[in-house]
Amino acid sequence: MKAGLRLAAPPAILGLAALLLWQGAVRLFRVPDYILPGPVAIAATLWRDGGTLFASLLVTLAVALAALAAAIIGGAGLAILFAQSKWLERALFPYAVVLQVTPVIAIAPLILIYVRSTEAALLICASIVAFFPVLASTTLGLNSADHNMLDLMALYRARRWQVLWYLRLPAALPHFLAGARIAGGLALIGAVVAEFAAGTAAGGSGLAWRILESSYRLDLPRMYAALFLLSLAGVVIFAMLSLVSWLLLHRWHDSAARREP
Amino acid sequence: MNAPDAAALVRLEGAGKRFDNGTVALAGLDLALRRGEFLSILGPSGCGKTTVLRLIAGLAQPSAGRVAWAEPAGRDGRDALGFVFQEPTLLPWRTARGNVALPLILAGVARTEARARAETALAAVGLEGAGHLFARQLSGGMRMRVSIARALVTRPALLLMDEPFAALDEITRERLNADLLRLWREQALTVAFVTHSVYESVFLSMRVVVMARAPGRVAEEITIAAPYPRTESFRAGADYAAACRQVSAALRRAMGEEA
Ligand SMILES: Nc1ncnc2c1ncn2[C@@H]1O[C@H](COP(=O)(O)OP(=O)(O)OP(=O)(O)O)[C@@H](O)[C@H]1O
Ligand SMILES: [Mg+2]
Repeated sequence: MKAGLRLAAPPAILGLAALLLWQGAVRLFRVPDYILPGPVAIAATLWRDGGTLFASLLVTLAVALAALAAAIIGGAGLAILFAQSKWLERALFPYAVVLQVTPVIAIAPLILIYVRSTEAALLICASIVAFFPVLASTTLGLNSADHNMLDLMALYRARRWQVLWYLRLPAALPHFLAGARIAGGLALIGAVVAEFAAGTAAGGSGLAWRILESSYRLDLPRMYAALFLLSLAGVVIFAMLSLVSWLLLHRWHDSAARREP
Repeated sequence: MNAPDAAALVRLEGAGKRFDNGTVALAGLDLALRRGEFLSILGPSGCGKTTVLRLIAGLAQPSAGRVAWAEPAGRDGRDALGFVFQEPTLLPWRTARGNVALPLILAGVARTEARARAETALAAVGLEGAGHLFARQLSGGMRMRVSIARALVTRPALLLMDEPFAALDEITRERLNADLLRLWREQALTVAFVTHSVYESVFLSMRVVVMARAPGRVAEEITIAAPYPRTESFRAGADYAAACRQVSAALRRAMGEEA
Protein backbone atom coordinates (compact mmCIF):
# COMPACT_ATOMS: atom_id res chain seq x y z
CA MET A 1 0.00 0.00 0.00
CA LYS A 2 2.66 2.44 1.11
CA ALA A 3 4.92 1.30 -1.73
CA GLY A 4 2.06 1.90 -4.18
CA LEU A 5 1.61 5.42 -2.84
CA ARG A 6 5.32 6.08 -3.17
CA LEU A 7 5.17 4.88 -6.75
CA ALA A 8 2.07 6.89 -7.70
CA ALA A 9 2.87 10.11 -5.90
CA PRO A 10 5.66 11.60 -8.11
CA PRO A 11 3.84 11.32 -11.45
CA ALA A 12 0.58 12.49 -9.84
CA ILE A 13 2.20 15.57 -8.32
CA LEU A 14 4.05 16.38 -11.54
CA GLY A 15 0.88 15.95 -13.62
CA LEU A 16 -1.17 18.13 -11.32
CA ALA A 17 1.47 20.86 -11.35
CA ALA A 18 1.64 20.78 -15.15
CA LEU A 19 -2.15 21.04 -15.43
CA LEU A 20 -2.21 24.02 -13.04
CA LEU A 21 0.58 25.71 -14.93
CA TRP A 22 -1.17 25.06 -18.23
CA GLN A 23 -4.49 26.43 -17.00
CA GLY A 24 -2.77 29.43 -15.40
CA ALA A 25 -0.85 30.29 -18.59
CA VAL A 26 -3.94 30.01 -20.78
CA ARG A 27 -5.84 32.27 -18.36
CA LEU A 28 -3.02 34.79 -17.93
CA PHE A 29 -2.26 35.24 -21.61
CA ARG A 30 -5.91 34.96 -22.66
CA VAL A 31 -5.11 32.25 -25.25
CA PRO A 32 -8.26 31.57 -27.28
CA ASP A 33 -9.68 28.01 -27.28
CA TYR A 34 -9.05 27.51 -31.03
CA ILE A 35 -5.32 27.88 -30.40
CA LEU A 36 -4.80 26.19 -27.06
CA PRO A 37 -7.68 25.26 -24.79
CA GLY A 38 -6.98 24.93 -21.07
CA PRO A 39 -7.60 21.75 -19.11
CA VAL A 40 -10.84 23.16 -17.71
CA ALA A 41 -12.25 23.79 -21.18
CA ILE A 42 -11.20 20.30 -22.26
CA ALA A 43 -12.80 18.75 -19.19
CA ALA A 44 -15.98 20.70 -19.87
CA THR A 45 -16.09 19.38 -23.44
CA LEU A 46 -15.44 15.90 -22.17
CA TRP A 47 -18.37 16.28 -19.79
CA ARG A 48 -20.72 17.79 -22.38
CA ASP A 49 -19.70 15.60 -25.30
CA GLY A 50 -18.74 12.55 -23.28
CA GLY A 51 -21.55 10.33 -24.62
CA THR A 52 -20.58 10.66 -28.26
CA LEU A 53 -16.86 10.52 -27.60
CA PHE A 54 -17.16 7.49 -25.37
CA ALA A 55 -19.28 5.65 -27.92
CA SER A 56 -16.58 6.41 -30.51
CA LEU A 57 -13.91 5.24 -28.12
CA LEU A 58 -15.68 1.89 -27.82
CA VAL A 59 -15.72 1.53 -31.60
CA THR A 60 -11.96 2.17 -31.86
CA LEU A 61 -11.26 0.04 -28.83
CA ALA A 62 -13.22 -2.85 -30.34
CA VAL A 63 -11.05 -2.70 -33.47
CA ALA A 64 -7.85 -2.45 -31.41
CA LEU A 65 -8.73 -5.36 -29.12
CA ALA A 66 -9.86 -7.57 -31.99
CA ALA A 67 -6.61 -6.74 -33.78
CA LEU A 68 -4.64 -7.54 -30.64
CA ALA A 69 -6.37 -10.91 -30.36
CA ALA A 70 -5.70 -11.64 -34.02
CA ALA A 71 -2.06 -10.58 -33.63
CA ILE A 72 -1.59 -12.77 -30.57
CA ILE A 73 -3.18 -15.83 -32.13
CA GLY A 74 -1.51 -15.27 -35.50
CA GLY A 75 1.89 -14.26 -34.15
CA ALA A 76 2.15 -16.97 -31.52
CA GLY A 77 0.69 -19.57 -33.88
CA LEU A 78 3.17 -18.73 -36.61
CA ALA A 79 6.03 -18.75 -34.09
CA ILE A 80 5.04 -22.25 -32.96
CA LEU A 81 4.90 -23.32 -36.59
CA PHE A 82 8.39 -21.86 -37.10
CA ALA A 83 9.61 -23.85 -34.12
CA GLN A 84 8.47 -27.02 -35.89
CA SER A 85 10.20 -26.26 -39.16
CA LYS A 86 13.38 -24.20 -39.53
CA TRP A 87 12.79 -24.28 -43.26
CA LEU A 88 9.42 -22.61 -42.89
CA GLU A 89 10.92 -20.03 -40.56
CA ARG A 90 13.68 -19.19 -43.01
CA ALA A 91 11.19 -19.00 -45.86
CA LEU A 92 8.56 -16.85 -44.17
CA PHE A 93 10.35 -14.67 -41.65
CA PRO A 94 11.78 -12.19 -44.21
CA TYR A 95 8.27 -11.50 -45.48
CA ALA A 96 7.05 -10.87 -41.96
CA VAL A 97 9.84 -8.33 -41.67
CA VAL A 98 8.82 -6.70 -44.98
CA LEU A 99 5.26 -6.45 -43.69
CA GLN A 100 6.55 -4.90 -40.50
CA VAL A 101 8.82 -2.27 -42.06
CA THR A 102 6.28 -1.09 -44.66
CA PRO A 103 4.35 1.78 -43.04
CA VAL A 104 0.77 0.69 -42.48
CA ILE A 105 -0.48 4.15 -43.47
CA ALA A 106 0.84 3.38 -46.96
CA ILE A 107 -0.81 -0.04 -47.19
CA ALA A 108 -4.11 1.05 -45.69
CA PRO A 109 -5.57 2.67 -48.83
CA LEU A 110 -4.94 -0.53 -50.80
CA ILE A 111 -6.53 -2.68 -48.14
CA LEU A 112 -9.50 -0.32 -48.04
CA ILE A 113 -9.94 -0.77 -51.77
CA TYR A 114 -9.64 -4.55 -51.77
CA VAL A 115 -11.65 -5.31 -48.65
CA ARG A 116 -15.30 -4.52 -49.02
CA SER A 117 -16.13 -4.17 -45.33
CA THR A 118 -14.45 -1.13 -43.81
CA GLU A 119 -14.48 -2.72 -40.38
CA ALA A 120 -12.60 -5.73 -41.68
CA ALA A 121 -10.13 -3.43 -43.43
CA LEU A 122 -9.46 -1.53 -40.21
CA LEU A 123 -8.99 -4.80 -38.38
CA ILE A 124 -6.51 -6.06 -40.96
CA CYS A 125 -4.48 -2.84 -40.84
CA ALA A 126 -4.30 -2.82 -37.05
CA SER A 127 -3.42 -6.53 -36.94
CA ILE A 128 -0.56 -6.05 -39.38
CA VAL A 129 0.99 -3.46 -37.08
CA ALA A 130 0.47 -5.45 -33.90
CA PHE A 131 1.45 -8.86 -35.16
CA PHE A 132 5.19 -8.57 -35.62
CA PRO A 133 6.32 -8.04 -32.01
CA VAL A 134 4.34 -11.10 -30.95
CA LEU A 135 5.87 -13.19 -33.72
CA ALA A 136 9.43 -11.97 -33.16
CA SER A 137 9.45 -12.27 -29.38
CA THR A 138 7.67 -15.63 -29.29
CA THR A 139 10.07 -17.02 -31.90
CA LEU A 140 13.00 -15.83 -29.79
CA GLY A 141 11.40 -17.32 -26.68
CA LEU A 142 10.78 -20.72 -28.26
CA ASN A 143 14.43 -20.88 -29.30
CA SER A 144 15.73 -19.70 -25.95
CA ALA A 145 15.27 -22.99 -24.08
CA ASP A 146 18.42 -23.86 -22.14
CA HIS A 147 20.68 -26.48 -23.76
CA ASN A 148 20.93 -28.55 -20.61
CA MET A 149 17.16 -28.63 -20.40
CA LEU A 150 16.96 -29.82 -23.98
CA ASP A 151 19.48 -32.53 -23.05
CA LEU A 152 17.28 -33.44 -20.12
CA MET A 153 14.32 -33.85 -22.46
CA ALA A 154 16.43 -35.96 -24.83
CA LEU A 155 17.63 -38.10 -21.92
CA TYR A 156 14.05 -38.99 -21.01
CA ARG A 157 13.17 -39.51 -24.65
CA ALA A 158 10.57 -36.75 -24.67
CA ARG A 159 8.50 -36.60 -27.81
CA ARG A 160 8.42 -33.49 -29.94
CA TRP A 161 5.12 -32.27 -28.55
CA GLN A 162 6.34 -32.95 -25.01
CA VAL A 163 9.42 -30.81 -25.56
CA LEU A 164 7.15 -28.09 -26.90
CA TRP A 165 4.59 -28.37 -24.11
CA TYR A 166 6.83 -28.93 -21.11
CA LEU A 167 9.86 -26.88 -22.14
CA ARG A 168 9.65 -24.56 -25.13
CA LEU A 169 6.25 -22.99 -24.51
CA PRO A 170 6.81 -22.16 -20.83
CA ALA A 171 10.31 -20.89 -21.65
CA ALA A 172 8.78 -18.66 -24.31
CA LEU A 173 6.02 -17.30 -22.08
CA PRO A 174 7.90 -14.26 -20.67
CA HIS A 175 9.07 -13.29 -24.15
CA PHE A 176 5.60 -13.79 -25.58
CA LEU A 177 4.01 -11.63 -22.88
CA ALA A 178 6.55 -8.85 -23.44
CA GLY A 179 5.68 -8.98 -27.15
CA ALA A 180 1.95 -8.93 -26.39
CA ARG A 181 2.41 -5.84 -24.24
CA ILE A 182 4.06 -3.99 -27.12
CA ALA A 183 1.41 -5.31 -29.49
CA GLY A 184 -1.35 -3.88 -27.26
CA GLY A 185 -0.08 -0.34 -27.80
CA LEU A 186 0.56 -0.94 -31.49
CA ALA A 187 -2.93 -2.34 -32.07
CA LEU A 188 -4.42 0.92 -30.82
CA ILE A 189 -2.04 2.94 -32.99
CA GLY A 190 -2.88 0.73 -35.96
CA ALA A 191 -6.61 1.13 -35.40
CA VAL A 192 -6.35 4.93 -35.22
CA VAL A 193 -4.04 5.19 -38.24
CA ALA A 194 -6.34 3.00 -40.29
CA GLU A 195 -9.33 5.10 -39.27
CA PHE A 196 -7.51 8.21 -40.39
CA ALA A 197 -6.75 6.57 -43.72
CA ALA A 198 -10.35 5.48 -44.09
CA GLY A 199 -11.64 8.97 -43.30
CA THR A 200 -15.35 9.30 -43.97
CA ALA A 201 -15.41 5.75 -45.28
CA ALA A 202 -15.04 4.54 -41.72
CA GLY A 203 -18.64 5.57 -41.28
CA GLY A 204 -17.70 8.44 -39.01
CA SER A 205 -17.88 6.38 -35.87
CA GLY A 206 -14.40 5.84 -34.40
CA LEU A 207 -12.44 8.17 -32.19
CA ALA A 208 -9.96 9.03 -34.94
CA TRP A 209 -12.84 10.22 -37.04
CA ARG A 210 -14.00 12.41 -34.14
CA ILE A 211 -10.56 14.01 -34.08
CA LEU A 212 -10.65 14.64 -37.85
CA GLU A 213 -14.18 16.00 -37.63
CA SER A 214 -13.27 18.34 -34.80
CA SER A 215 -10.18 19.54 -36.63
CA TYR A 216 -12.30 20.54 -39.65
CA ARG A 217 -14.34 22.67 -37.24
CA LEU A 218 -11.27 23.93 -35.42
CA ASP A 219 -12.86 22.55 -32.25
CA LEU A 220 -9.62 22.09 -30.36
CA PRO A 221 -11.12 21.31 -26.94
CA ARG A 222 -12.90 18.34 -28.50
CA MET A 223 -9.69 17.21 -30.22
CA TYR A 224 -7.89 17.29 -26.92
CA ALA A 225 -10.75 15.48 -25.21
CA ALA A 226 -10.63 12.70 -27.83
CA LEU A 227 -6.87 12.54 -27.51
CA PHE A 228 -7.20 12.19 -23.76
CA LEU A 229 -9.61 9.28 -24.14
CA LEU A 230 -7.25 7.60 -26.61
CA SER A 231 -4.25 7.73 -24.31
CA LEU A 232 -6.42 6.60 -21.43
CA ALA A 233 -7.44 3.57 -23.53
CA GLY A 234 -3.79 2.89 -24.35
CA VAL A 235 -2.82 3.02 -20.70
CA VAL A 236 -5.68 0.71 -19.73
CA ILE A 237 -4.68 -1.85 -22.39
CA PHE A 238 -1.09 -1.73 -21.21
CA ALA A 239 -2.11 -2.09 -17.57
CA MET A 240 -4.38 -5.06 -18.33
CA LEU A 241 -1.63 -6.86 -20.25
CA SER A 242 0.86 -6.11 -17.47
CA LEU A 243 -1.57 -7.58 -14.97
CA VAL A 244 -2.00 -10.75 -17.05
CA SER A 245 1.77 -10.98 -17.35
CA TRP A 246 2.20 -10.61 -13.60
CA LEU A 247 -0.48 -13.20 -12.85
CA LEU A 248 1.19 -15.74 -15.12
CA LEU A 249 4.79 -15.11 -14.14
CA HIS A 250 5.07 -13.82 -10.60
CA ARG A 251 5.43 -17.20 -8.98
CA TRP A 252 8.48 -18.25 -10.89
CA HIS A 253 9.95 -15.60 -13.15
CA ASP A 254 12.55 -13.15 -11.87
CA SER A 255 11.18 -10.24 -13.89
CA ALA A 256 7.84 -10.42 -12.07
CA ALA A 257 8.97 -11.61 -8.67
CA ARG A 258 9.02 -9.18 -5.75
CA ARG A 259 12.56 -8.49 -4.62
CA GLU A 260 13.14 -8.91 -0.95
CA PRO A 261 13.96 -5.53 0.58
CA MET B 1 25.48 -55.39 -1.52
CA ASN B 2 27.62 -53.16 -3.66
CA ALA B 3 30.20 -55.80 -4.45
CA PRO B 4 31.03 -54.97 -8.04
CA ASP B 5 30.74 -58.13 -10.04
CA ALA B 6 33.12 -58.48 -12.90
CA ALA B 7 30.40 -58.01 -15.48
CA ALA B 8 30.45 -54.46 -16.78
CA LEU B 9 27.16 -52.62 -16.90
CA VAL B 10 28.37 -50.56 -19.81
CA ARG B 11 31.70 -50.21 -21.51
CA LEU B 12 33.28 -47.70 -23.87
CA GLU B 13 35.36 -49.62 -26.40
CA GLY B 14 37.96 -47.60 -28.27
CA ALA B 15 35.63 -44.66 -28.07
CA GLY B 16 36.58 -41.54 -29.97
CA LYS B 17 34.77 -38.27 -30.30
CA ARG B 18 35.53 -35.71 -32.92
CA PHE B 19 33.31 -32.64 -33.05
CA ASP B 20 32.13 -30.95 -36.22
CA ASN B 21 34.62 -28.14 -35.74
CA GLY B 22 37.49 -30.64 -35.83
CA THR B 23 38.16 -30.79 -32.09
CA VAL B 24 39.17 -34.31 -31.08
CA ALA B 25 37.80 -34.61 -27.56
CA LEU B 26 38.43 -38.34 -27.07
CA ALA B 27 40.51 -40.94 -28.83
CA GLY B 28 40.76 -44.68 -28.23
CA LEU B 29 39.18 -44.53 -24.81
CA ASP B 30 38.45 -47.80 -23.02
CA LEU B 31 36.42 -47.65 -19.87
CA ALA B 32 34.19 -50.23 -18.20
CA LEU B 33 31.60 -49.34 -15.58
CA ARG B 34 31.18 -52.32 -13.29
CA ARG B 35 27.80 -53.08 -11.90
CA GLY B 36 27.37 -51.59 -8.44
CA GLU B 37 30.62 -49.65 -8.31
CA PHE B 38 31.23 -46.02 -7.44
CA LEU B 39 33.64 -44.65 -10.03
CA SER B 40 35.11 -41.18 -10.09
CA ILE B 41 36.55 -39.55 -13.18
CA LEU B 42 39.23 -36.95 -12.60
CA GLY B 43 41.25 -34.94 -15.06
CA PRO B 44 42.34 -31.53 -16.26
CA SER B 45 39.75 -29.15 -17.64
CA GLY B 46 38.83 -29.94 -21.22
CA CYS B 47 40.09 -33.54 -21.15
CA GLY B 48 36.65 -34.84 -22.15
CA LYS B 49 35.05 -35.92 -18.87
CA THR B 50 31.70 -34.41 -19.75
CA THR B 51 31.95 -35.93 -23.20
CA VAL B 52 32.45 -39.40 -21.67
CA LEU B 53 29.26 -39.04 -19.63
CA ARG B 54 27.35 -37.73 -22.62
CA LEU B 55 28.46 -40.70 -24.71
CA ILE B 56 27.29 -43.12 -22.03
CA ALA B 57 23.99 -41.28 -21.70
CA GLY B 58 23.43 -41.36 -25.45
CA LEU B 59 23.30 -37.56 -25.59
CA ALA B 60 26.19 -37.71 -28.06
CA GLN B 61 27.29 -40.43 -30.46
CA PRO B 62 30.89 -41.67 -30.60
CA SER B 63 32.64 -40.92 -33.88
CA ALA B 64 34.80 -44.01 -33.38
CA GLY B 65 34.47 -47.17 -31.31
CA ARG B 66 31.26 -47.99 -29.48
CA VAL B 67 29.25 -47.86 -26.28
CA ALA B 68 28.24 -51.38 -25.30
CA TRP B 69 25.55 -52.14 -22.75
CA ALA B 70 25.52 -55.48 -20.94
CA GLU B 71 21.79 -55.83 -21.36
CA PRO B 72 18.95 -53.81 -22.79
CA ALA B 73 17.66 -50.96 -20.62
CA GLY B 74 14.77 -51.51 -18.26
CA ARG B 75 15.30 -55.26 -17.80
CA ASP B 76 14.84 -55.30 -14.04
CA GLY B 77 12.07 -52.73 -13.89
CA ARG B 78 14.52 -49.87 -13.67
CA ASP B 79 15.22 -47.26 -16.22
CA ALA B 80 18.76 -47.34 -17.45
CA LEU B 81 20.14 -44.08 -16.19
CA GLY B 82 19.83 -40.80 -14.41
CA PHE B 83 21.99 -37.76 -15.19
CA VAL B 84 22.91 -34.96 -12.81
CA PHE B 85 24.25 -31.99 -14.73
CA GLN B 86 26.79 -29.53 -13.40
CA GLU B 87 23.96 -26.98 -13.13
CA PRO B 88 20.83 -28.08 -11.30
CA THR B 89 18.89 -27.50 -14.56
CA LEU B 90 15.50 -27.16 -12.90
CA LEU B 91 12.58 -25.86 -14.91
CA PRO B 92 11.84 -22.57 -13.13
CA TRP B 93 8.11 -22.69 -13.84
CA ARG B 94 7.67 -26.03 -12.11
CA THR B 95 7.81 -26.61 -8.38
CA ALA B 96 10.46 -28.88 -6.89
CA ARG B 97 7.92 -31.69 -6.92
CA GLY B 98 6.93 -30.86 -10.50
CA ASN B 99 10.56 -31.00 -11.55
CA VAL B 100 11.20 -34.33 -9.89
CA ALA B 101 8.00 -35.79 -11.36
CA LEU B 102 8.87 -34.64 -14.88
CA PRO B 103 10.78 -37.76 -16.04
CA LEU B 104 7.83 -39.90 -14.95
CA ILE B 105 5.29 -37.64 -16.64
CA LEU B 106 7.33 -37.73 -19.85
CA ALA B 107 7.23 -41.51 -19.64
CA GLY B 108 3.44 -41.43 -19.35
CA VAL B 109 3.10 -42.28 -15.64
CA ALA B 110 -0.23 -41.06 -14.23
CA ARG B 111 -0.04 -37.70 -12.50
CA THR B 112 -1.04 -38.84 -9.01
CA GLU B 113 1.46 -41.68 -9.04
CA ALA B 114 4.16 -39.41 -10.44
CA ARG B 115 3.54 -36.92 -7.62
CA ALA B 116 3.68 -39.60 -4.97
CA ARG B 117 6.92 -41.03 -6.32
CA ALA B 118 8.35 -37.52 -6.57
CA GLU B 119 7.58 -36.97 -2.89
CA THR B 120 9.35 -40.20 -2.03
CA ALA B 121 12.40 -39.19 -4.06
CA LEU B 122 12.43 -35.75 -2.43
CA ALA B 123 12.28 -37.36 0.99
CA ALA B 124 15.22 -39.59 0.06
CA VAL B 125 17.38 -36.52 -0.50
CA GLY B 126 16.16 -34.85 2.69
CA LEU B 127 13.70 -32.44 1.13
CA GLU B 128 10.37 -33.57 2.51
CA GLY B 129 8.00 -30.63 2.78
CA ALA B 130 9.84 -28.53 0.19
CA GLY B 131 7.99 -29.94 -2.80
CA HIS B 132 5.81 -26.89 -3.32
CA LEU B 133 8.73 -24.45 -3.66
CA PHE B 134 9.92 -23.03 -6.97
CA ALA B 135 13.58 -23.15 -7.97
CA ARG B 136 14.17 -19.50 -7.12
CA GLN B 137 12.99 -20.14 -3.57
CA LEU B 138 15.62 -22.84 -3.00
CA SER B 139 19.25 -22.52 -1.94
CA GLY B 140 22.02 -23.83 -4.20
CA GLY B 141 22.38 -27.00 -2.14
CA MET B 142 18.63 -27.61 -2.14
CA ARG B 143 18.49 -27.17 -5.91
CA MET B 144 21.21 -29.77 -6.32
CA ARG B 145 19.26 -32.14 -4.07
CA VAL B 146 16.17 -31.63 -6.22
CA SER B 147 18.27 -32.39 -9.28
CA ILE B 148 19.52 -35.60 -7.66
CA ALA B 149 15.97 -36.57 -6.65
CA ARG B 150 14.90 -36.09 -10.26
CA ALA B 151 17.73 -38.33 -11.47
CA LEU B 152 16.71 -41.02 -8.96
CA VAL B 153 12.95 -40.90 -9.43
CA THR B 154 12.95 -43.32 -12.36
CA ARG B 155 14.91 -45.81 -10.22
CA PRO B 156 17.90 -45.89 -12.56
CA ALA B 157 20.53 -48.61 -12.49
CA LEU B 158 23.21 -46.09 -13.39
CA LEU B 159 23.67 -42.56 -12.13
CA LEU B 160 25.91 -40.19 -14.11
CA MET B 161 27.00 -37.06 -12.28
CA ASP B 162 28.94 -34.19 -13.85
CA GLU B 163 30.67 -32.12 -11.16
CA PRO B 164 27.40 -31.82 -9.30
CA PHE B 165 28.78 -30.17 -6.17
CA ALA B 166 31.39 -27.89 -7.74
CA ALA B 167 29.48 -24.71 -6.94
CA LEU B 168 28.71 -25.55 -3.30
CA ASP B 169 30.48 -24.62 -0.10
CA GLU B 170 32.69 -27.21 1.58
CA ILE B 171 30.27 -28.12 4.40
CA THR B 172 27.26 -28.54 2.11
CA ARG B 173 29.42 -30.54 -0.23
CA GLU B 174 30.55 -32.95 2.50
CA ARG B 175 26.98 -33.42 3.65
CA LEU B 176 25.82 -34.15 0.11
CA ASN B 177 28.73 -36.55 -0.36
CA ALA B 178 27.59 -38.54 2.68
CA ASP B 179 23.99 -38.50 1.45
CA LEU B 180 25.11 -39.67 -1.96
CA LEU B 181 27.00 -42.63 -0.52
CA ARG B 182 23.93 -43.58 1.51
CA LEU B 183 21.69 -43.44 -1.59
CA TRP B 184 24.22 -45.44 -3.58
CA ARG B 185 24.13 -48.20 -0.97
CA GLU B 186 20.37 -48.10 -0.35
CA GLN B 187 19.40 -48.13 -4.00
CA ALA B 188 22.18 -50.41 -5.24
CA LEU B 189 23.24 -47.84 -7.81
CA THR B 190 26.18 -47.78 -10.15
CA VAL B 191 27.65 -44.27 -10.11
CA ALA B 192 30.01 -42.51 -12.50
CA PHE B 193 31.03 -39.27 -10.84
CA VAL B 194 33.02 -36.51 -12.53
CA THR B 195 34.83 -34.14 -10.21
CA HIS B 196 37.76 -31.78 -9.99
CA SER B 197 38.32 -32.54 -6.33
CA VAL B 198 40.88 -35.19 -5.41
CA TYR B 199 39.46 -35.35 -1.87
CA GLU B 200 35.91 -35.85 -3.05
CA SER B 201 36.94 -38.61 -5.43
CA VAL B 202 38.88 -40.47 -2.74
CA PHE B 203 36.14 -40.14 -0.14
CA LEU B 204 33.43 -41.40 -2.47
CA SER B 205 34.80 -43.95 -4.85
CA MET B 206 36.00 -47.50 -5.16
CA ARG B 207 37.96 -46.61 -8.25
CA VAL B 208 39.35 -43.34 -9.56
CA VAL B 209 40.03 -42.96 -13.28
CA VAL B 210 42.43 -40.16 -14.12
CA MET B 211 42.20 -38.82 -17.66
CA ALA B 212 44.76 -36.92 -19.71
CA ARG B 213 43.91 -34.50 -22.47
CA ALA B 214 44.58 -33.76 -26.11
CA PRO B 215 43.19 -36.18 -27.01
CA GLY B 216 41.16 -37.30 -24.01
CA ARG B 217 42.07 -40.78 -22.80
CA VAL B 218 42.42 -42.81 -19.63
CA ALA B 219 45.86 -42.16 -18.12
CA GLU B 220 45.73 -44.04 -14.82
CA GLU B 221 43.39 -45.97 -12.65
CA ILE B 222 43.57 -46.13 -8.86
CA THR B 223 41.62 -48.43 -6.60
CA ILE B 224 40.58 -47.03 -3.22
CA ALA B 225 40.45 -50.11 -1.04
CA ALA B 226 38.92 -48.59 2.11
CA PRO B 227 35.68 -50.35 3.10
CA TYR B 228 32.22 -48.83 3.18
CA PRO B 229 30.38 -47.31 4.95
CA ARG B 230 32.83 -44.44 4.90
CA THR B 231 32.16 -41.80 7.50
CA GLU B 232 33.82 -38.59 8.63
CA SER B 233 36.34 -40.62 10.60
CA PHE B 234 37.61 -42.04 7.29
CA ARG B 235 38.60 -38.50 6.31
CA ALA B 236 40.78 -38.26 9.40
CA GLY B 237 42.62 -41.54 8.82
CA ALA B 238 46.01 -42.34 7.32
CA ASP B 239 44.53 -44.46 4.51
CA TYR B 240 42.61 -41.45 3.27
CA ALA B 241 45.67 -39.19 3.30
CA ALA B 242 47.75 -41.78 1.46
CA ALA B 243 45.09 -42.31 -1.19
CA CYS B 244 44.74 -38.55 -1.70
CA ARG B 245 48.51 -38.25 -2.22
CA GLN B 246 48.42 -41.12 -4.69
CA VAL B 247 45.56 -39.70 -6.76
CA SER B 248 47.06 -36.25 -6.60
CA ALA B 249 50.36 -37.54 -7.98
CA ALA B 250 48.57 -39.40 -10.78
CA LEU B 251 46.68 -36.25 -11.68
CA ARG B 252 49.90 -34.26 -11.77
CA ARG B 253 51.46 -36.86 -14.04
CA ALA B 254 48.43 -36.76 -16.34
CA MET B 255 48.62 -32.98 -16.55
CA GLY B 256 52.38 -33.02 -17.06
CA GLU B 257 52.07 -35.41 -19.99
CA GLU B 258 50.58 -32.83 -22.25
CA ALA B 259 53.43 -30.32 -21.99
N1 LIG C 1 29.89 -29.27 -28.83
C1 LIG C 1 31.23 -29.16 -28.92
N2 LIG C 1 31.77 -28.74 -30.07
C2 LIG C 1 33.13 -28.65 -30.21
N3 LIG C 1 34.00 -28.94 -29.25
C3 LIG C 1 33.52 -29.38 -28.08
C4 LIG C 1 32.11 -29.49 -27.84
N4 LIG C 1 31.92 -29.94 -26.58
C5 LIG C 1 33.15 -30.07 -26.06
N5 LIG C 1 34.11 -29.74 -26.94
C6 LIG C 1 35.58 -29.80 -26.73
O1 LIG C 1 35.88 -31.10 -26.32
C7 LIG C 1 36.87 -31.10 -25.32
C8 LIG C 1 36.38 -31.86 -24.11
O2 LIG C 1 35.25 -31.19 -23.57
P1 LIG C 1 34.55 -31.66 -22.24
O3 LIG C 1 33.45 -30.71 -21.97
O4 LIG C 1 34.20 -33.09 -22.34
O5 LIG C 1 35.72 -31.47 -21.18
P2 LIG C 1 35.67 -31.64 -19.59
O6 LIG C 1 36.73 -32.60 -19.24
O7 LIG C 1 34.29 -31.94 -19.15
O8 LIG C 1 36.11 -30.19 -19.11
P3 LIG C 1 35.69 -29.44 -17.76
O9 LIG C 1 36.44 -30.10 -16.66
O10 LIG C 1 36.19 -28.04 -18.00
O11 LIG C 1 34.20 -29.53 -17.64
C9 LIG C 1 37.18 -29.65 -25.03
O12 LIG C 1 38.37 -29.32 -25.70
C10 LIG C 1 36.03 -28.90 -25.61
O13 LIG C 1 36.46 -27.67 -26.11
MG1 LIG D 1 32.81 -30.84 -18.02
